[in-house]
Amino acid sequence: MSEHLAAQGSGPGITTSRHASPRSYIIGYAVALILTFASFAAASTHLIYGPSVPILLGVLAIAQMGVHLVFFFHISSAPDQTNNFLSLAFGILIVGLTVFGSMIIMANLNHMMPSMEKLIDMQR
Amino acid sequence: MTLGRLSWDAIPFDQPIIMGTSAVIGLGILAILALVTYKGWWPYLWREWITSVDHKRIGVMYVLLALVMLVRGFADAIMMRTQLALAAGGAQGYLPPEHYDQIFSAHGTIMIFFVAMPFVVGLMNFAVPLQLGIRDVAFPVLNNVSFWLTAAGVLLVNLSLFVGEFARTGWLAYPPLSEIAYSPGVGVDYYLWSLQIAGLGTLLSGINLTTTILKMRAPGMRYSRMPVFCWTALASNLLIVAAFPILTATFAMLLLDRYCGFHFFTNDAGGNPMMYINLIWIWGHPEVYILILPAFGVFSEVVATFSGKPLFGYRSMVMATMAICVLSFVVWLHHFFTMGAGANVNAFFGVATMIIAVPTGVKVFNWLFTMYGGRIRFSVPMYWTIGFIVTFVIGGMTGVLMAIPPADFVLHNSLFLIAHFHNTAIGGVVFGVLAGYTYWFPKAFGFTLNERLGKAIFWCWFIGFYLAFMPLYVLGLMGATRRMQHYSELSWKPWMMVAFCGAVLIFIGIALTVVQLIVSIRQRNLHRDRTGDAWAGRTLEWSVPSPPPAWNFARLPLVESTDAFWVAKQRQNENARAPADAYTSVHIPRSNPTGIFLAFFAVIYGFAMIWHIFWLAIAALIGGLLVGLIQAWRPEREIEITPQEILVYEARATGGAA
Amino acid sequence: MTSAELVGGDGHAVPFSEQGPAPKQVVVGYGFWLFLLSDIIIFAALFAAYAVLSGAVAGGPSGPELFDRQRVFTETMCLLASSVTCGFGSIAVQRRNQALAYFWMTATLVLGALFLKQEVAEFSAMVALGAGPSRSAFLSAFYTLVGTHGMHVTVGLAWLIVMLAQLATLGFQPMVQRRFFCFALFWHALDIVWIGVFTIVYLGAH
Repeated sequence: MSEHLAAQGSGPGITTSRHASPRSYIIGYAVALILTFASFAAASTHLIYGPSVPILLGVLAIAQMGVHLVFFFHISSAPDQTNNFLSLAFGILIVGLTVFGSMIIMANLNHMMPSMEKLIDMQR
Repeated sequence: MTLGRLSWDAIPFDQPIIMGTSAVIGLGILAILALVTYKGWWPYLWREWITSVDHKRIGVMYVLLALVMLVRGFADAIMMRTQLALAAGGAQGYLPPEHYDQIFSAHGTIMIFFVAMPFVVGLMNFAVPLQLGIRDVAFPVLNNVSFWLTAAGVLLVNLSLFVGEFARTGWLAYPPLSEIAYSPGVGVDYYLWSLQIAGLGTLLSGINLTTTILKMRAPGMRYSRMPVFCWTALASNLLIVAAFPILTATFAMLLLDRYCGFHFFTNDAGGNPMMYINLIWIWGHPEVYILILPAFGVFSEVVATFSGKPLFGYRSMVMATMAICVLSFVVWLHHFFTMGAGANVNAFFGVATMIIAVPTGVKVFNWLFTMYGGRIRFSVPMYWTIGFIVTFVIGGMTGVLMAIPPADFVLHNSLFLIAHFHNTAIGGVVFGVLAGYTYWFPKAFGFTLNERLGKAIFWCWFIGFYLAFMPLYVLGLMGATRRMQHYSELSWKPWMMVAFCGAVLIFIGIALTVVQLIVSIRQRNLHRDRTGDAWAGRTLEWSVPSPPPAWNFARLPLVESTDAFWVAKQRQNENARAPADAYTSVHIPRSNPTGIFLAFFAVIYGFAMIWHIFWLAIAALIGGLLVGLIQAWRPEREIEITPQEILVYEARATGGAA
Repeated sequence: MTSAELVGGDGHAVPFSEQGPAPKQVVVGYGFWLFLLSDIIIFAALFAAYAVLSGAVAGGPSGPELFDRQRVFTETMCLLASSVTCGFGSIAVQRRNQALAYFWMTATLVLGALFLKQEVAEFSAMVALGAGPSRSAFLSAFYTLVGTHGMHVTVGLAWLIVMLAQLATLGFQPMVQRRFFCFALFWHALDIVWIGVFTIVYLGAH
């Protein structure tokens, strides 16, 4: 199967001999473990400046997602992975627009158009 | 074994209009079933259509479904126009508000989800594999499943007419009205479940066609040699994959609120109804581009074919299409400028909405420049195209007008808005699918549709549209709002009456569509397409016989340019018709009943959930699971078409002149 | 070593986009990748709802009062380990090694089940405290987001059981191998979503 010419590129996780080694999973696991420990530690200790913890957590999370994508999904910018890479980029764009767009819009709406409960609270 | 909240009260015995309509529909369905049984057509229908995994058959079934639902959706429309033509001043018309509310909700839901979507998906299903020079889509069985899930949604929506009621919330079911506290009946549940089921079918179809276009083109067909219809299909299906999950998630949240007492969008316990509107329009705006992009693609094909020239500006067309694809995700707030997000947010989305008009403008100019200097043949698809260019531009302009937040504050939810989106939906999507229907009909069935009737249908729609909706622009500016069952301003009545006349004209157009089909079938021998190339076409679908064999191409073409078929014809290249000695065996997938059985259980599941017959819902889920397991163990045996069979077919199809 | 490219008649490599329809493995893999992206977008909508509603506690319990980071850490370890065992299992399937395939995939099943067991325990404990999903918008969003992930894990485990049955009855047919690939992609994707969940929901709660 992997000997066939890969017309139109490879699918994600398609194992040509380059990918079919346990090595990538072991490396990925090790790095993911480190990042996970780091996340839990960052959120629990008080050694890190408080307001920067969310940003650090975000960076660690994105890094770990990247580790999964590279070491478990074998996504790369190689020419046979172009479709997968572009689809992923499109997906990330949509996720970003949905999550951050909603947060910004709803924050503005909640500020301008508070609910009845909030209005009553504000009048106290 | 309880029946949940289902009882005989669910059937509206006291409403003559509904009982009469249901009786007619019921008798009609029985008559058709009886005819099919009497003629012994069931084995043929089962084998060749119901369980078919052939993209051409599935495409035809989608279009047929859309046309039937067009009648239902339009019935709602003409009821509304009649009501509004009557209910001026103190008059109450003939439709009480609680019925009127269901009618406008059903009208929108049916037209968007069960007419426009299936029509567009059907055309893409039929034409894309043929244009790409391949035998079928990436996942043929999944394709069949998608169709039947859509049909399941159709069945549920239509059941609501007879058993229970439909939603009274408008076609998007905004909370808090759609929450259990304010809509305790089954109406919103019918809406939600039928759309969740149909939406799953659409999502799977989006995955299917995107994979097909990106991973399965004929040899030599690099992206820049793909027909423009395939580019617009790609953009549309990418949008389906990106947007429909948001619809699914949002409806799921509303269902959780209604069934399990959650508080996503309720008025109390911290719920936020505005969040629903935000999320639903993140889906809703890409949805309209999902509908219009394939229509643009049809027009691109038609304009090039009937001007006898290559499409002007292929590259800018493709870039405009992909730009629209991405931009469609940054404009959604323009649907709720008035909800109060503030000037800064409104300004961003207002500007973005104006920007998205630019690529469409690029497309319009490209179509015009294609026509300029060409030898134009004014056949029916070209009528639709020219009608579209004029009409859609007007609709687009009113859209850009409303993109300005201060203007929108005056016009939001007025009849001006209704006129705008019908302007673009009818002028764009309807004209586009009807053009595509006429254009590809001979390819699908081997004979063309009656031209004279086609032109009559066009004029009915074109004049009917302007009569029906131009008065609504005026009424909107005069202050008339949407979704109103009666009004006190007598000065609005004349406009409403003109609008009613327009609706009658469109009704005639739809009736003529039925007549045209009957007449064309009767006259089919007069209008046979014997060459496969009914319109002197430019793209690969015209290189195969009409209708194409199950395997589409005897040999996958080797593509060397855009407009591959046209170029091959000019060179009198052997690729225009494959030589007889080069055939090898072709394997095509077998028919598969998974789709119809899954849809069967989906309907039962939906109905059971709507009526709270929870044991039945669980049983249906188990049934569906079993169908899936049977499919999982089904061996992938294919049908082999031998070179001899292909040879014999080719000889017969081309009348011996290969 | 890059994937093979065809060489055309003129000596230049034929680009992927011109080589004709891709082999079934590639088509199925890409189609499933698109499905996974659509699934991630469902989660995006749920994350968006959670982000917006996370403060709406309606006078009831909030995240920090309810969440047990220790248990979340254990859950994370289980799920991450199951991703790795799934990876080893994928290699075994590709190499048609029955014993290793059963071993690693069963390990995946066990670790996934451990994850679920802890999540069910967490939810039950919260409901017993009166912090069920109908208490507030925040809790509705929490249960839906985390619960949808849990439902995906459940479906994944059921799928894995079916796949093991298919392996036992049908052997290493191409169809079975493709489906294992799809399962592995699904399973890794669930771990990616979990990274988002534990970071934003559990560690982000303050």
